[in-house]
Amino acid sequence: MTGTRRTVLAAALVVCVLAPLAFEQYKLYVASLTLVYLVLAIGLNLTLGYAGQISLGHAAFMAFGAYAVAILGQRGLPFELGLGLGGALAFGWGLVVGFPALKVKHHYLAMVTLGFNIIVFLVLRNWEGLTGGSFGISGVARPAWGPISFASDRAYYLYILGWAAVVVASAYWILSSRWGRAFRAIRENEMRAAVVGVSLRAYKVMAFAIGAAYAGIGGALFAPLLGYIDPGAFTLDRSIQFLMMVVMGGLGRFEGPFIGAVVVTVLPEILRASEGLYLIIYALAVMLMMLFMPKGLVGLWDRAVTRLGRARVMPGTR
Amino acid sequence: MTDFVQLLVAGVAIGSIYAMTAIGFVLLWQTSGTINFAQGEFVVLPAFTMVLFLIVFRLPFAAALLGTVLVSMLLLGVLVHKVLVARLLRMGVLPLVIATIGLSLFIRYSLQQFWTAQALPFPSLFARAPIRLGTIVLPWEELMNVLFAGAVIGALQLFITRTKLGWAMQAVAQNRTLAEVLGLEVSRLVTLTFVLNAALTAVAAVLIAPVYLVKYDIGVALGLKAFYAAIIGGFNQIRGALLGGLLVGLVETLSGAYISGPFRDAFALAILIAVLLLKPEGLWGVKEEWSS
Amino acid sequence: MPLLEIQDLTKHFFRFSALRMVSLGVEPGELLGIIGPNGSGKTTLFHCVTGVLRPSGGQVRFKGEDITGLTADKVYRRGIARTFQLIQIFPEMTVLENMLMAAQERTGTLLGRLCRREKAEETDRAMRRLEFLGIASLKDTPGSNLSYGQQKLLDFGMALMPEPEVILLDEPLAGVNPTMITNLVGHILELNGRGQTFVVIEHNMEVVMSLCRRIIVLSEGERIAEGTPAEVADNPLVLDAYFGR
Repeated sequence: MTGTRRTVLAAALVVCVLAPLAFEQYKLYVASLTLVYLVLAIGLNLTLGYAGQISLGHAAFMAFGAYAVAILGQRGLPFELGLGLGGALAFGWGLVVGFPALKVKHHYLAMVTLGFNIIVFLVLRNWEGLTGGSFGISGVARPAWGPISFASDRAYYLYILGWAAVVVASAYWILSSRWGRAFRAIRENEMRAAVVGVSLRAYKVMAFAIGAAYAGIGGALFAPLLGYIDPGAFTLDRSIQFLMMVVMGGLGRFEGPFIGAVVVTVLPEILRASEGLYLIIYALAVMLMMLFMPKGLVGLWDRAVTRLGRARVMPGTR
Repeated sequence: MTDFVQLLVAGVAIGSIYAMTAIGFVLLWQTSGTINFAQGEFVVLPAFTMVLFLIVFRLPFAAALLGTVLVSMLLLGVLVHKVLVARLLRMGVLPLVIATIGLSLFIRYSLQQFWTAQALPFPSLFARAPIRLGTIVLPWEELMNVLFAGAVIGALQLFITRTKLGWAMQAVAQNRTLAEVLGLEVSRLVTLTFVLNAALTAVAAVLIAPVYLVKYDIGVALGLKAFYAAIIGGFNQIRGALLGGLLVGLVETLSGAYISGPFRDAFALAILIAVLLLKPEGLWGVKEEWSS
Repeated sequence: MPLLEIQDLTKHFFRFSALRMVSLGVEPGELLGIIGPNGSGKTTLFHCVTGVLRPSGGQVRFKGEDITGLTADKVYRRGIARTFQLIQIFPEMTVLENMLMAAQERTGTLLGRLCRREKAEETDRAMRRLEFLGIASLKDTPGSNLSYGQQKLLDFGMALMPEPEVILLDEPLAGVNPTMITNLVGHILELNGRGQTFVVIEHNMEVVMSLCRRIIVLSEGERIAEGTPAEVADNPLVLDAYFGR
């Protein structure tokens, strides 16, 4: 990323990050949710945007994190343990799903991942002993470090922020490494990638697993937000929401998930004012966005950044 | 035994409706690479249209049916293709997928908002006394469903395999670029596929309305079942979607009766896992030549 | 011992036989030409050797090791590089990134590639090859912005990057203008002079006959002739394959 981009991104982040601290209750909740969704969107962007692997099962990986935190919390174990376990489980299952996914052509991948989503949902709903079945688990505890409790909404927002920063940094690190280039090679020309030595199997499975791990982390952060989770939160609808975020934001672009998470989370809230019509308007907006900006809203972002960059150069032009 | 046969017929009856939805879905996928997330809503909209013609306008059944099919073909076939699909297809699979998601939300919530959120009753179409074979009671409805659906699917199959237009569609499905090179008007053929799909879903709507009732959100479950049927049956063959749909209907009905509670889901689960692990191209799907 | 040995290689596509019991050997340092009418299986041969397709039968041995049926990335890492008849590059990556991509997977481990960053040595190597080919000035241009000829050169450059033992060139001169042809042929000759082994599929008879000391002819999936350019030009079977029927 160029210097201008970095500055603008950093500035935007600082604003977005500190502003919500001035909010209360509902707006703070929306901001927290947006951050959680950002983590999930970054994961899906890695799998889909960078490595080109279609996943319609992202919500399933999210469930691992959410339920891990909830179940371990019920037994009085620390939140971070749940988050770690959830992430690890998601990573592991990402590997498992990644393997059969390799055997099939990529348009079947959508089906395999969809199938996985359905499977996880059905398991969650039926394994009542562990997951509480359709009733779910309530009273999910927020993290606490000894005397420091993150129970208040503002404190929890900061906690989520911390983890989001970790995820963003790690994603950046991965994508700027040779793995990032290998992922892009697979996405741009899979056959050529293989022929220049990229082990398709290794990288595709990794893209899946890492994306899944991020989803697990996101799920863990999600659970204590409302304090209540049930299988209905991890259905195909949810996976589709993440798909929308990543595509509308801009596939395979680092800024994509940021834009996507904000749009998909905040837009319906803004539209809520229109009462019953808001979902219809939202749906129309989605269709229009795809028709006019199929590569994602990141295009608008690019234009804005370029203009800002030019503005900085203009005065006292060399 | 009695129960079993009745359940079998019921399963096939509902399965044939799922099959029609799944077949349309697979057709769209094959000829244009469209994963139509709005397929469920493509059934709901004609269902509401049918209510409009039959109950509100009080048209005779045949006229209402014809009207519904035509409206469906126009709106969900031609219009959707021209406005959404034609423009988005060349941008790859995903923008179109998102657009169909938007479309499904749009149809669903528009119906809820502008018509009603309530379930509308739909008159039974074939109100005749059921057939009795010994102790077995077979409702007319179910038999007619099977016959009707069978006739429609049969006609479709004939169309695809025996007419020039049908062959052209097959050509596009198998190798789009080659078809274009050979002079086939791919765009027109894709429109045709959409129109056919709209007709299929309209018929499915009329058959399923008495069973599910007409409500704005029944598309969700239906779309999912069509998906499920296509995954299990096989995405690259019409036969796959057909048999997949029947299988879904049978499993649903039989497990609903014989298996209780959690195990019902487990059964559906097991089939899905088995298919995905052992034969990911679907039970009746064809493995495509996959190089390295 | 031949560097690359192909024995009775066969490939079926459902009922169509693209390759039938084709055998040949490539000696180290040679410039082997493969010719034949369209559809004779030349590219299929390359695909089977490089792991893009899995052969239906037969064996491929490289440096004595059996590599039949290995996936493309494994074949590449053992030292066989190739170019493509229909140019295959990474369109959104820059020229330099394309070149680096051709090198990065041959060294180190998977995990290592996550942690270690760019090696100056590799960038130098890439730049030297780009300079050799005359496209160094384009290093930051995205692949899709290059002209056809420039893409051909990049494709060629990518094959040079890993310092492979054998380079398979699939119609390197197709659709290229005469100046570029002389350019490319010059590069190939220079590299061959330094000991690089090449196998070249070409339709440009003039070039093949003057470039290669040994030529193998394929027709309808079978090997029908082998010899020096003169021998092959006179061979009635070859003439029949091209002009008969």
